[in-house]
Amino acid sequence: MDTKVNTAVAEKAKVSVRDLNFYYGSFHALKRINLDIPAGKVTAFIGPSGCGKSTLLRTFNRMFELYPEQRAEGSILLDGEDILTSKLDVSLVRAKIGMVFQKPTPFPMSIYDNIAFGVKLFETLPRVEMDERVEWALKKAALWNEVKDKLDQSGAGLSGGQQQRLCIARGIAIKPEVLLLDEPCSALDPISTGKIEELIHELKVDYTVVIVTHNMQQAARCSDYTAYMYLGDLVEFGPTSELFMKPKKKDTEDYITGRFG
Amino acid sequence: MSDKHLSTQFDAELSGISSRVLEMGGLVESQVVQALFALTQFNIEIASQVLREEERVNQMEIEIDRDLSAIIARRQPTARDLRLLIAISKAIANLERVGDEAARIARTVQRLINTGVSSRLRLPVADLGFEAELAVAQLRKALDAFARLDTARAVEVLKQDDQIDQEFDGLLRKLITYMMEDPRTISSSIDLIFVAKAIERVGDHAKNLAEAIIYVVKGTDIRHTPLEDVENAMR
Repeated sequence: MDTKVNTAVAEKAKVSVRDLNFYYGSFHALKRINLDIPAGKVTAFIGPSGCGKSTLLRTFNRMFELYPEQRAEGSILLDGEDILTSKLDVSLVRAKIGMVFQKPTPFPMSIYDNIAFGVKLFETLPRVEMDERVEWALKKAALWNEVKDKLDQSGAGLSGGQQQRLCIARGIAIKPEVLLLDEPCSALDPISTGKIEELIHELKVDYTVVIVTHNMQQAARCSDYTAYMYLGDLVEFGPTSELFMKPKKKDTEDYITGRFG
Repeated sequence: MSDKHLSTQFDAELSGISSRVLEMGGLVESQVVQALFALTQFNIEIASQVLREEERVNQMEIEIDRDLSAIIARRQPTARDLRLLIAISKAIANLERVGDEAARIARTVQRLINTGVSSRLRLPVADLGFEAELAVAQLRKALDAFARLDTARAVEVLKQDDQIDQEFDGLLRKLITYMMEDPRTISSSIDLIFVAKAIERVGDHAKNLAEAIIYVVKGTDIRHTPLEDVENAMR
């Protein structure tokens, strides 16, 4: 594989991946990935199933450490500090790098507590400030108007799209620096998807957003940069408008034009 | 397009619309040839036929445009597919303009015949022939390059556009001489200048078509790029 993929962009990097290899047991899932995720931008990872895009995303907050047979080699620098070797407690890493999953995962508690739960782990806030934080997060996630009168009701009672926005609200309530979204819309209808995409656009003002998506049009719509991955390799990385209009690699072109397979 | 999409229906739509463009190209090419034939032979019947056919060209542009919108709406094309569809949109606009130029020539022929000028005209109508041959050859070559997405041929079209421009300048000088020598030829000379200009415009549209082909294949927009830089820009 050509290792000279241009992974550096003119923007300031928030997360820099250097020579990252990742293994599921003996399976080599990520092959020497080098990539700079620009700060304050939305970066999308696209590629067919099994290409390693979700794996790469999960290395960013050391999610893989939950599983003993999985290991990462190389480095992932968050503002210059390697989060893989850092002495930093993993929950502090995850406080800086929040994550939202494919399926909405509200905790079995009230809407209010869904948001407050994560905050309580890191901060002790007086009730009034906690109320403000919950409202702030729900407003950021464009959910406030829909739930403000039922904050004490269960999060599970919300619709799928609302649940996913609740999860995003929960993710941003602890004020992370980076927000990882792993196919956040794949279980949602087009209107909820539209709301989440709108939200992603707003979020990048404050956060660096990384999104994994199967939906290429979604990557094209809401990202500033796109990385195309295939079989554990980073094939091409560049500004989204260039990648979708004039990709440099034929492999990328075949995939995004639907000639793959 | 070398390889196939997962969706064979998409392939069929793209190749279908490409052949419609070539069909439209063939039609306007014959419009130009016939208009010029009508001019050199002063044949009013052929001139009228060109004007009747123009409606068909216009209709084709509208239909292809409609199909283009439908493909974009349904397929959300990207990269080369998107570039092809954008290029087609530009190509048909240019072809329709070529059809307009042919109609312009045909109307001039009608006027020259109806005013009786044609019978006593001693103007270099035949001299337009060379410029016209060049323009038609350019158009044919551009359409051929479009059919094969052949950038080498497209570049040839770009390079040869100068010749038509020079030919037009030469004709202009000649007609000015006629007008100075015999003011009675002014009116019909002006008509011929417009015809020569129309032919020169056909060459320009062929050039635009060639530029669109390079955009499809290479993804580089080489409009307004000096000729000597074009091959560099395509790399």
